[in-house]
Amino acid sequence: MNAGSPLLYAKGLQTGYHPSGKKIVVTSGLPDLVIGSGRLICLLGANGSGKSTLLRTLAGLQSALGGTVEVGRATAVGGEMGRGGAMELADCRHLSPAEMARSISLVLTDRVGGANLNVYSLVALGRYPWSGWLGRLDQTDRAAIERAIVAAGIQDLRHRKIHTLSDGESQKVMLARALAQDTPVLMLDEPTAHLDLPSRIRLMRLLHHLTREMNKGILLSTHELDLALQVADEVWLLQTAGPLHKGAPEDMVLEGVFEAAFAGEDVVFDRTTGVFRISPEGERRIRLAGEGTIAFWTRRALQREGYVVGADMRADQLVRITEEMGATRWILETPDGSRSFGSIADLLRALAGVRKD
Amino acid sequence: MNGQLRKLPLTGLLLLLVLAFLLDISAGAVRIPLHDIFRILLAPSPGDDASWSFIIEKIRLPKAITAVLAGCGLSVGGLQMQTLFRNPLADPGVLGITAGASLGVAAVLLSGGSMATIYAIKELSSPGSWLIAGAACVGAGGVMLLVLVLSGRLRDNVLMLIIGLMIGSITLALISIWQYFSNPEEVKDFLLWTFGSLGGVTGRQLLILGVTVLTGLVAAFLSSKMLDALLLGENYARSMGLTVRRARTIIVCTTSLLAGSITAFCGPIGFIGIAVPHLARLFFNTSSHRVLVPACCLIGTILLLLCDCISQWPGTQSVLPINIITSLVGAPLVILLLVRKRDLNVNAYR
Repeated sequence: MNAGSPLLYAKGLQTGYHPSGKKIVVTSGLPDLVIGSGRLICLLGANGSGKSTLLRTLAGLQSALGGTVEVGRATAVGGEMGRGGAMELADCRHLSPAEMARSISLVLTDRVGGANLNVYSLVALGRYPWSGWLGRLDQTDRAAIERAIVAAGIQDLRHRKIHTLSDGESQKVMLARALAQDTPVLMLDEPTAHLDLPSRIRLMRLLHHLTREMNKGILLSTHELDLALQVADEVWLLQTAGPLHKGAPEDMVLEGVFEAAFAGEDVVFDRTTGVFRISPEGERRIRLAGEGTIAFWTRRALQREGYVVGADMRADQLVRITEEMGATRWILETPDGSRSFGSIADLLRALAGVRKD
Repeated sequence: MNGQLRKLPLTGLLLLLVLAFLLDISAGAVRIPLHDIFRILLAPSPGDDASWSFIIEKIRLPKAITAVLAGCGLSVGGLQMQTLFRNPLADPGVLGITAGASLGVAAVLLSGGSMATIYAIKELSSPGSWLIAGAACVGAGGVMLLVLVLSGRLRDNVLMLIIGLMIGSITLALISIWQYFSNPEEVKDFLLWTFGSLGGVTGRQLLILGVTVLTGLVAAFLSSKMLDALLLGENYARSMGLTVRRARTIIVCTTSLLAGSITAFCGPIGFIGIAVPHLARLFFNTSSHRVLVPACCLIGTILLLLCDCISQWPGTQSVLPINIITSLVGAPLVILLLVRKRDLNVNAYR
């Protein structure tokens, strides 16, 4: 199977619900969506834009209101996936639940608490669509479980009870369960929610690695725009009552798609850094002389205070970063004179004092 | 390593089971020496004391077998409900099946002067209790059908749980109305039935109970894999290829069969169904239903046999109702075990 060959293909999809005969459309007018092998796709969108509904529809957890979802039928058992020719796509309405489960595995936001489960048993549950009628595990199953545990890096957790895991560990365990299911497509609904920043980055790196090493097609929904921009091969941006934009993340930044999508008075997307800023730039201007990491964080602090910061702009205030005896000093030069500070906090306090005068 | 750890409690429990069974047969108002019991059970001869043979073959053995069946059925039913609803407080009565059986019995016992009292019914031997068992079956079956029809229309197991509780509530209200308008004698008869009894199930009744409970147990064991998948909740179960609605129907049917038949012949027996699954998880330290279903049978049987022994405390002539003993003796035991072994997190379902 070549990288990029389609594993899932959604045509003219319309998502929504059917509560008691009524039809509530969440998203319509979607373009054709393709999950290719070896691709990491991030589904972005604001709260309530229909990310979860789209993900659940693609995964077959709920039926589409219109259009079709075709998935690659897994023909080989346990670990043989990823070799051989291109996958034969079949309409998921014609597939049995077990066949679907051999094509797509999921990591959901549902809490998995207890009932005395330990990590190994939980990962082993991933073999459900492959194991025998009583759930007995054979050699192939055990090998797949072992591979999944190693791939997710949870060897040390093996015998822990589920309810003793931290959020980050728990997320990795659920990922291992999905990996044990050994499907070409893997979908994750907000896998980075509840995780601290290092865990988020580790998880994203792991997923990125999986697409490259195991040639899986991964679709994940997330709010982490900056992380998505770093690892995603493709971004699907879902807007409330708007079209779905898709493309390489860098193209979308340059085309200004994110600025348009998240435009608001209080949130600004900075195209140069690829991150959102909380407050808009103010009227006050300040000059910053310096380079490197310290200058970067000084700039961030000044911007937070509402300054327009520039290296060579005309302004009556100048912040110079120097070094005195191995310690960094911030020199604030104003028309009244210059003062030196030992930390950014002191600098900001002084600036606030100047503003009050 | 897991296998070896499991063998230890298994051997102990099997020994305990044999002991409890023998103890139950030797317990009672008439004291029969143990070697005589063995002789009568294993090699009956015409030389045996006729009254002893009668007591053992017609009263104590059927009662012990009923205890085994009820212990297995109620525990496994409880396990299925706790897993299906992911709720540590669920028991086989949670779907209203037990309440339905009670309604059937209430209809017979409280339907006015035409019917004899439960003592008269018992004196009349089998036809009378057939009537009660039949009425209980009709009641339990009716509620089960209602639950099944509703379950086919629902996507969500939690809704199913709430509806089961509501049906049970309605049924109990109907019984209360009936009691309110009945005379005290009839109410007392009904009350006696609600105390539960393992005795009086003999001959063909025992055969019917045995076949039904064994069918239910086999079905439950074959559902092990589905139950395992349901541990992660419906969405994950669905994503792993489980047809949730079909699984729910099978599980509801199995539990109804178990709880319905046992309640029909023995009256409502509480506590076993809710407590034994927790004990099974505690002793065998697993979540796999392939292990838990047999484990529940084992522990449920031992517990009910012991409760039955206690209910006919040696040296006394009176017999306490089994339903009272299961709660009175069993509940402190479970509390003790749970407090001593805190790492079993029963409440971590969600």
